[in-house]
Amino acid sequence: MSIRLKREVLTADVLIIGGGTAGCFAALTLSENSELKVIIAEKAGIRRSGCLAAGVNAINAYITEGQTAEDYVDYAMKDAAGIAREDLLLSAARRFNKVTADLERLGLVILKDEKGNYVTRGKRNIKINGENIKPILADAVLQAPNVTVLEHVTITDLLIDNNEVKGAVGFHMEEHIAYEIQAPAVIVSTGGAAGLYKPNNPGFSRHKMWYPPFNTGAGYAMGMKAGAEMTSFEMRFIALRCKDTIAPTGTIAQGVRAKQVNSKGEVYEEKYGITTSERVYGTVRENHLGNGPCYLHTEGIDKGTEEDLLKAYLNMAPSQTLKWLQNDRTPGKEDVEIAGTEPYIVGGHTASGYWINTNRETTVKGLYAAGDVAGGCPQKYVTGALAEGEIAALDIIKKGRGVEITDQTSFVADEKIREYESILNSTEAFFSAEELEEAMQKVMDEYAGGISTNYQFNEKQLMLGEEKIVEITELTKDLNASDMHELMFVYELKERLIVCRSVIAHLGFRKETRWHSFQENLDFPGPDEKYRKFVNSTLKDGTFILKLRDIGKEIRYEHTDF
Amino acid sequence: MSIRISKEACVGCLACTRVCPGSLIKEKDGKAVIKYPRDCWGCASCVKACRFGAIDFYLGADMGGNGTVMNVSAEGAVLLWKITRPGGAVRIIEVNGKNSNKY
Repeated sequence: MSIRLKREVLTADVLIIGGGTAGCFAALTLSENSELKVIIAEKAGIRRSGCLAAGVNAINAYITEGQTAEDYVDYAMKDAAGIAREDLLLSAARRFNKVTADLERLGLVILKDEKGNYVTRGKRNIKINGENIKPILADAVLQAPNVTVLEHVTITDLLIDNNEVKGAVGFHMEEHIAYEIQAPAVIVSTGGAAGLYKPNNPGFSRHKMWYPPFNTGAGYAMGMKAGAEMTSFEMRFIALRCKDTIAPTGTIAQGVRAKQVNSKGEVYEEKYGITTSERVYGTVRENHLGNGPCYLHTEGIDKGTEEDLLKAYLNMAPSQTLKWLQNDRTPGKEDVEIAGTEPYIVGGHTASGYWINTNRETTVKGLYAAGDVAGGCPQKYVTGALAEGEIAALDIIKKGRGVEITDQTSFVADEKIREYESILNSTEAFFSAEELEEAMQKVMDEYAGGISTNYQFNEKQLMLGEEKIVEITELTKDLNASDMHELMFVYELKERLIVCRSVIAHLGFRKETRWHSFQENLDFPGPDEKYRKFVNSTLKDGTFILKLRDIGKEIRYEHTDF
Repeated sequence: MSIRISKEACVGCLACTRVCPGSLIKEKDGKAVIKYPRDCWGCASCVKACRFGAIDFYLGADMGGNGTVMNVSAEGAVLLWKITRPGGAVRIIEVNGKNSNKY
């Protein structure tokens, strides 16, 4: 008997796609400041979904005493080698402290000194106990008036009419239900994209990665398909992490001032520079030169410090504490081995994502982007995601657009739902989504600058990579799914493949090397002033159209010339 | 990186199925089972949500795991992390949620 999905048509004033950091905070802002009816569609349960699942142990974007929002902008601009939007950075930075205070009011524990001031960790960080940061946010959302949370509902496509958003379509991951959600304003807050490249642990522990493996680039892909302009997909993010567990290194590096050393015990970090990409690059180079493995030098730290580190990691990356304790190889006894991760696309750390205006509206009318899915604003981290959720929500309230209820399943949604059904009812599939995902990751690793090529690539490799990704994309047409969860796997793969094509197109368009490791083009090994510009793209009739956009304080990043 | 759910200790409350950020844990015959063990991120959300100590997490052999398991229980704001080695040796670390990290 063939599967038919039950169709539910829902309406809201605002649809939020993704109930992570930015999405939850946008919902709270809408609920507190308006009567607008809000729906959050979240593919997991919101208490632990998104980047904050395991917790965080610092607020990494905060304006500490003596610093200004402008200082933050300068820092982020420099770290990004000039490829960032000052307007976005400034508007986020001006809210960092406000949203932190909001979180504290909701119950977040922040370390204070005897005078009651927050304790800082460097110029831009404060120390917190963030193990429960996501449940704190989620509980507030679940109690907020006018907010409905649809859990285990995944959105695959936006509904667009004449470059204006009308809602979105998706399905329940467990039950045979398809949703058409109609809304005149939509905030995309799905996070960035992991799982594009072959990961550090490609076997059983393939999902033991830095970024949530469940952030599959859905928001990027749906925006591209909707014709939204995107920016900086060539500015990949590669994290420097504790080897195997892929746990954070910042807590050790900044917390106990541990230096990066090679196997000869030489401190190498100054040799290569200390921007985010240079720290990764230095480690890659040292390994390449035969000086590996590389470590954070922790041997000899005292017992008390070691104990505190064990606890700090339990609050954000418990596998690291387990690794240290399982055979008593604790950081005081042994240096901590470090490695670069596979590349990710993530707008909270680099500038990849939707091209937005200062109010976080995309080039599609009524469609907003916040958090890791939004581009142009690197190093925004948790507080930046909260700030962007708030900015988007406030702009929607200001514009006060009314809901246009039709209650009729639209033609486009209907077509999409029939596509879901045909995948569920198909029995002929040569390959599984899992096999094609592995094939995609291998291609990206070998031809688009993954771990195995030291993150480097040349134009010929990119061309081959593009060809192979297109071939794999063709194979996805025959995929089938035996249940709703597998149906989601099929769509996640399709999303990743679109993002992969965008990454390859962007990497090839920037004919220079702007950042070591993040975008290291061996045909053009140095920087070129001509490319001190954004690389932007739109997907049109299946092809990415790329162009350069100017950067500068004097430029108004409005959408009028799109 | 993955988890093990004890059939004996699981009471079938399914709290874990609601918090897994990958929705990897499903109900089967009234108990929670990890349907996609290779897809576990290692966030320990399920381990924290389980009030019956039925879920352990461990490092895969490819991450250097040696069979040591970890779980966690809560006493008010205090999380008690329990690490059990293959020989049975136990270490407990207390983290008070009201205190912040020093690092």
